[in-house]
Amino acid sequence: MTHGAWDTVADVVSMVCLLGGAFLAFAAGVGVLRFPDLLSRMHAGTKPQVLGLVLMLVGLALRLRSGGAVWALVLVVVFQMLTAPVAAHMVGRAGFRTGKVRSDLLVVDELTRDLGDANGAGPGAPPDGRAGR
Amino acid sequence: MSVVVLVCSALLVAGAALAVVRAEKGPSMLDRTVALDIVVTTMLAGIALYAAVYRRADVVPILVVLSLVGFVGSVTIARFASVEPEGEGRVRTREEIAAEEAARRAAEDADVAAAEQAVSGDHHEHPPVDTDEHHGGGAAGEVR
Repeated sequence: MTHGAWDTVADVVSMVCLLGGAFLAFAAGVGVLRFPDLLSRMHAGTKPQVLGLVLMLVGLALRLRSGGAVWALVLVVVFQMLTAPVAAHMVGRAGFRTGKVRSDLLVVDELTRDLGDANGAGPGAPPDGRAGR
Repeated sequence: MSVVVLVCSALLVAGAALAVVRAEKGPSMLDRTVALDIVVTTMLAGIALYAAVYRRADVVPILVVLSLVGFVGSVTIARFASVEPEGEGRVRTREEIAAEEAARRAAEDADVAAAEQAVSGDHHEHPPVDTDEHHGGGAAGEVR
């Protein structure tokens, strides 16, 4: 294929990636508005944070097609992949310890059980370690 | 091409608007943090879209900075999240704020009147001095 044809292919692929990333950002907006509690809202929020951002930046890299800028985009993705889990961990931890987690919506709740065990009374103790710890 | 760009911007704006609605509704500080995180990520996506459309490689450093700033904000808020009483995290209306302010003023006036009465009743004793100084307080509000 000629050089111009490859340019067209790269542009089309970049547009598809941009559309996918924008759709994931929209899905996050819908999810964070409609989901019932903190953990499910966090789940919705992670969609554009990693996959959506990677798609957008792949689309951008295919449009720019220049070395230095593409390495900066790789840097953005690496930062995001390092920081998003830390932020999600902090928010989830604070949410659990301040009672923002609805235990009736959880399928498995190992942390509450383990906290009950750690509070002394052995396995199967009533979990009273939820709030204020 | 321009249709794709239009659809992308519409999706991004709609997603950010829905996240802002969640940030307004609350109900807790952490829900707002998550919603504002999504707004920041959507801004990143919007800047990436702008750079892709106009082939601007010079806005790429903005993406690097913004991806770090969003992290700092959400971690800071999560670190100092505390147990909120029921209804505390709600955004109050103008009338509710005015009513609370009036109640606070009335309580202050009552305090001042009581103190004046105590001073005029007995001139020899000094008014009680609060010797227990507070230097910012401890970390009582934090989640441990």
